[in-house]
Amino acid sequence: MMTTDQTQQTPVSNWEGGREPFKASYGKLMMWYFLLSDAFTFAGFLISYGALRFSSPTWPVPDFVFSSLPGGIHHKPLIFVTFMTFVLIVSSVTMVRAVQEGHRYNKKGVALWMTLTIVGGLIFLACQAWEWSTLMGKEHMTIHVNPFGTHIESGTYLDGDGHDVQKGDQFTAGKSYLIHKHGDEWAPLRYQTESGEIKQQQFGPKAFGALFFFITGFHGFHVFSGVVFLSIILVNVLSGIYANRKNHYEMVEKIGLYWHFVDLVWVFVFLVFYLL
Amino acid sequence: MAHINYEAAKRVAYRGFVILGVVTIVEVFIALLGKGYIVEGFHLSRPVMYLAMICLSLYKAYYIIFEFMHMRYELPGLVRSVLLPTILLIWVIIAFFYEGDTWFHWRKSVQEIPAEMQLARPAGNAGLIPVQSADSTEAQEAVPADSSRPAGQVQPGHTH
Repeated sequence: MMTTDQTQQTPVSNWEGGREPFKASYGKLMMWYFLLSDAFTFAGFLISYGALRFSSPTWPVPDFVFSSLPGGIHHKPLIFVTFMTFVLIVSSVTMVRAVQEGHRYNKKGVALWMTLTIVGGLIFLACQAWEWSTLMGKEHMTIHVNPFGTHIESGTYLDGDGHDVQKGDQFTAGKSYLIHKHGDEWAPLRYQTESGEIKQQQFGPKAFGALFFFITGFHGFHVFSGVVFLSIILVNVLSGIYANRKNHYEMVEKIGLYWHFVDLVWVFVFLVFYLL
Repeated sequence: MAHINYEAAKRVAYRGFVILGVVTIVEVFIALLGKGYIVEGFHLSRPVMYLAMICLSLYKAYYIIFEFMHMRYELPGLVRSVLLPTILLIWVIIAFFYEGDTWFHWRKSVQEIPAEMQLARPAGNAGLIPVQSADSTEAQEAVPADSSRPAGQVQPGHTH
């Protein structure tokens, strides 16, 4: 703190220009505020998911909806998304390493760890592409049709679906089901309730598909843009322009902030969509 | 990271991987155990399970922001200007979940409306998109005059 009795020198506040009040460069600071605004966007998405889920008497059970693995394996809840989570965690760690190598001006190190980060991002995108194509192509979920329903009463099936359900199977309230499609026709199964009424499977809450595709899609788009930016910066790293700037590869640090944010958002997407 | 030496920084990175990985595995374990996938017939109570998973996720978020994104080494002014605005979200969450709960109760009151009063509803509109206003005036006319239910309570029916 400067004292005012030094009449020759007018005290200069940190905020009067010419300094970095937060000791962070303009670019880094703006990256933080961009990420803050992006956090609000994702929060808006996830909170609307919560509000709609609260408003609905039934909701698709995530362990039932997301239980397939590549290679035709079914009924393994959460395994595939846990793998996707690990891919993002690993790529976050490799990003941390790239930033650290940047601080010591180790160009090869930065390039190596950034390449591994890009590979992690691509694996994540491939996993998401597989998950989406399974949901859309095999299970026929779209943004306005949700074939994943939940029974609200116990009963006995009067039809079989040729997959998991046999005629005469019994189920209890809370049990999930998937309505299959035969050709272009939906084939909801008939069942008899305990009171003897004959009913048929109903589609699940419509909002689920739109919420799932928009939220994971928006996150996936962030991963995709991250991969694009990382690739551009990797090329620049190799060309040596950041080494010439003598600012400890700050650009790598900035894209690192963005990449960690993508991982951060996934923590909450994973929580809200797959765990709860 | 100019604040700690290179070897220590490297350890932070790999410790981060172990911490985030272990917390994720614990979360998945709680989810599978709580929903009865691991021990046959064993379930955790939902509030306990959800609270545990939310707290673990918040811890992961804290770790990513403070260690991986180096928030711990920034000046307090920067930390506050980025983190404090997110407190607003607490109110958004309360408000929207309260609203969602209200919609839920409206839906329940809709299911109690006799079938003949729901005739104006187009078939297959079981989703969340409200029926067009033209239909809702029709539906209001369909309400029997001697209905014991106040007219106002019929309104939510059109959002069903």
